[in-house]
Amino acid sequence: MRDRGVIYTGLLVFLGIITFPMWHDWAAGTTSRGPDPVLPAQEKQCVAPLSTMRTSHMQLLMDWRDGVVRRNVHTYTAFNGRNFNMSLTGTCLTGCHTNKADFCDRCHNYAGVAVYCWDCHVDPKLARRSAK
Amino acid sequence: MANPKPEELTQIDYQPGRKDWMNPAVEFRKGVFCYSAAPKNLRYLGLPNPREWQPFDKDWKLPADWKRTILEGMRERLRKFRSFRLFMDICVRCGACADKCHFYIGSGDPKNMPVLRAELIRSVYRRYFTTAGRVLGRLAGARELTEDVLKEWFYYFYQCTECRRCSVFCPYGIDTAEVTMIVRELLNLVGCNINWVVEPAANCFRTGNHLGIQPHGFKDSIDFAVDELEEITGIRVEAPINRKGAEILFVVPSADYFATPHYFTLLGYLMLLHEAGLDYTFSAYASEGGNFGLFQSHEMMKRLNAKIYAEARRLGVKWILGGECGHMWRVIHQYMDTLNGPADFLEVPVSPVTGTRFEHARSTKMVHICEFTSDLIRHGKLRLDPSRNNRWNVTFHDSCNPARAMGLLEEPRYILRNVCKNFHEMPENTIREQTFCCGSGAGLGTDENFEMRMRGGLPRANAVKYVRDKFGVNLVACVCAIDKATLPTLFEYWVPGMEVAGVHELVGNALLMKGERERTGDLRGEPFQEKEASTHA
Amino acid sequence: MKALSSLALVVALAALAFFLGRVEPLRVVLGVIIPYVAIAIFLAGVSYKVIVWSLSPVPFRIPTSCGQQKSLSWIKAGWLENPHSTPGVVARMALEVLLFRSLFRNTKAELREGPRLIYGERRFLWLGALAFHWSFLVIFVRHLRFFIEPVPRLVMVLDRLDSFFQVGIPLLYITDVTIVAALLYLLLRRLRDPQVRYISLFADYFALFLILGLALSGVWMRYFARIDVVAVKQLAIGLVTFSPIVPREVTSLFLVHLILLSTLLAYFPFSKLMHMGGIFLSPTRNLANNNRRKRHVNPWDYPVPVHPYQEWEAEFHDKIAAAGLPLEK
Repeated sequence: MRDRGVIYTGLLVFLGIITFPMWHDWAAGTTSRGPDPVLPAQEKQCVAPLSTMRTSHMQLLMDWRDGVVRRNVHTYTAFNGRNFNMSLTGTCLTGCHTNKADFCDRCHNYAGVAVYCWDCHVDPKLARRSAK
Repeated sequence: MANPKPEELTQIDYQPGRKDWMNPAVEFRKGVFCYSAAPKNLRYLGLPNPREWQPFDKDWKLPADWKRTILEGMRERLRKFRSFRLFMDICVRCGACADKCHFYIGSGDPKNMPVLRAELIRSVYRRYFTTAGRVLGRLAGARELTEDVLKEWFYYFYQCTECRRCSVFCPYGIDTAEVTMIVRELLNLVGCNINWVVEPAANCFRTGNHLGIQPHGFKDSIDFAVDELEEITGIRVEAPINRKGAEILFVVPSADYFATPHYFTLLGYLMLLHEAGLDYTFSAYASEGGNFGLFQSHEMMKRLNAKIYAEARRLGVKWILGGECGHMWRVIHQYMDTLNGPADFLEVPVSPVTGTRFEHARSTKMVHICEFTSDLIRHGKLRLDPSRNNRWNVTFHDSCNPARAMGLLEEPRYILRNVCKNFHEMPENTIREQTFCCGSGAGLGTDENFEMRMRGGLPRANAVKYVRDKFGVNLVACVCAIDKATLPTLFEYWVPGMEVAGVHELVGNALLMKGERERTGDLRGEPFQEKEASTHA
Repeated sequence: MKALSSLALVVALAALAFFLGRVEPLRVVLGVIIPYVAIAIFLAGVSYKVIVWSLSPVPFRIPTSCGQQKSLSWIKAGWLENPHSTPGVVARMALEVLLFRSLFRNTKAELREGPRLIYGERRFLWLGALAFHWSFLVIFVRHLRFFIEPVPRLVMVLDRLDSFFQVGIPLLYITDVTIVAALLYLLLRRLRDPQVRYISLFADYFALFLILGLALSGVWMRYFARIDVVAVKQLAIGLVTFSPIVPREVTSLFLVHLILLSTLLAYFPFSKLMHMGGIFLSPTRNLANNNRRKRHVNPWDYPVPVHPYQEWEAEFHDKIAAAGLPLEK
């Protein structure tokens, strides 16, 4: 039958699409090692435990935003009793994670997460450089 | 027992019962099934298991190994027909087809929903041909093939007219006609068939036509028509039979020369072909365009259809012209060339009058008379007086097969608009590709099946009633011999007073023939309505 | 009953994955071995099924014509609804596959007093089906961000479009809402419409509950439980690069999602879900209605007993002669 060629071509295309990640990652040399964010040298403990930060940092930042903008609350008391100024730019990006590209972006890019934080917040390092 | 009244028939309960459909239960009640095939017909055709039996008998006298025969038959057909295999596998039971079937609309019997009709065999397919069904049984929607299941098949697959309306609405194009054709083949393997299908097939195999008319009878019928035409028009037309060397072989369904109102269509053909000056011949050997083999098996379809090309070759014609018939055109359009072609001994059909090359029929070399006539009209080759059809207010019933297995939609409409002045369409959900079956196709048009025919025809009749009440329509034109045979009964039941005619009967009425005598009446012998009646309208 | 038992089966599967996912030595079974087996079954099963279909020929050309045929030059042919050439067929198939053309025709017949039959348009089934299938496709493509590193632009763009409204954190995907809504509609329709309920099999409910479970577990992970997506991606990449790992951060909730997906994959080839491939092969849709123009060949055609003219003439010889019709002999 003349249509078998068409059917098998279609099947191969389908199988190709389904297994595309395999071919792609094989060609790109991807491994399951995962991203490698650069951790701050001076601070060992973030404002919340590591596991919480890994899954829920976006929630924390949104709570901070709402607290500052809507309720005029500027101080965050962490799980271990330490107080922080609730500011992404002022605290996180200035105090510890001074290089957004080496910290934030590494995981975001890895997981394909497009965040809109940077629509408003500036990367302080870039801001300093452009001010010069 | 008297037939049920229309009021009784429309008390339809669409609520399915609570019982699981998987338990087979059929009651062969009078009026809703067709009688079995007479053994002599099976013997004549060499078909298996000829015997005396009836569907309502407890014992169907099946051959001892009937189950193996059916399952082997299924296995063979799964290998031969991708349609069958696919349609067994991919239905998702979305239910879009459910209320598209005229038998479901008219009966409310859930097993008349196309999806469930097909599930009757799909459940058996799952049980014997899929691993899940073999292991999980009912949980996987599988069930054993038992004698009761076979009886259920017989009941419901001879309650499908292979009209394909469901396949228009199915998102995967699952065509119940295809499933029905296969199941009927399987039933035929163990001798479960109906006489209304097998007898015409046997007749056709022997004499050349379904009605069993022998050559001299055929000649008499045609001669009678020629005589009558002379009385009406004063012109004696030529209607040669078995004439070698004619340019065109003309094949019509046998009802056209033996039944009413088909007969008036035949008169119309004869007038038209005379007026067009066509060099044609009938054949007494290939004296049937229809093909009841289609309702039985692919093999029988091929056996009966073989005569047309064989006769075209013997008579040495150039091409073939076909009359008005529904399932005939399913076979000719979708099957003939594959079954009995290639027709390389014929030429690409060319209208000798207009010079039009019928390129769309360049391989099969057979042209529908509506294609031929509309071409004539388009080129102004016919003189027509549509006011001669003024007593009719016409609607057009698309027959299932020309609509859904061919697409012959505009040609007959173009002709009708040129030969009559009052034309109104039925609602759009009931015409063209969505047309409703007459309820009696695929060999189910028997008297004993009366109730089911009336039920199946309800949607069609109801749409006709709508245009009667709204526009005063009093004539349903169509291009199908089964329609012409069964619609009058249907309308008498649901829309009394409605008449049925072939498109070419109306052509015959309107046609002004060269040298005709002053005509006062139409082909039915009714006087033409006064001319001013039309100017009022 | 069928609905409840299939729901119970899906819940049992999910619960099993949830609890077994907490037993350390079993995590590799749920996170690696079962997914590998499932994808293997899926790929082999789908190929097998399509090959089996392809081996059965299409002996006759049987398109369902839903428009005017191509005949005379001055009659406008329905090239899309009744295609007579390959481009028409491709367009018709594209409409069927991408927009569910035939389902769009759906009507509802109603018998009123009179009797009067009314056919109303019923587009909800079409809308629900379209919403479900397109959402599923978008979600599938979106998920490639877990399997491909670096993430392709196309996937990122789709992700942005899907979360266009920027509601909540993490951003709400439109397709997450539409797929759940569409599935609930399809499920309710199956349960409430008496005809559809009557024809429904266990398998019909099972497929719906399974996909619903898959969608809901995904929604739960993203919006409520908030799992560690970096760890999930490490697991996914590990699977496709054949260096499987189950990171500690992967929770058993994710394993529920993975097991439901594995079940779907393994179940797919042997179920009605194969309509995905089947629709392309449907002979009433994928053939051109050029029957009389071009001969279709039946590969298993065989000679059949016929009644040849000579025998016919011999049987009726005298009658033919008496009628004055020409004879061969």
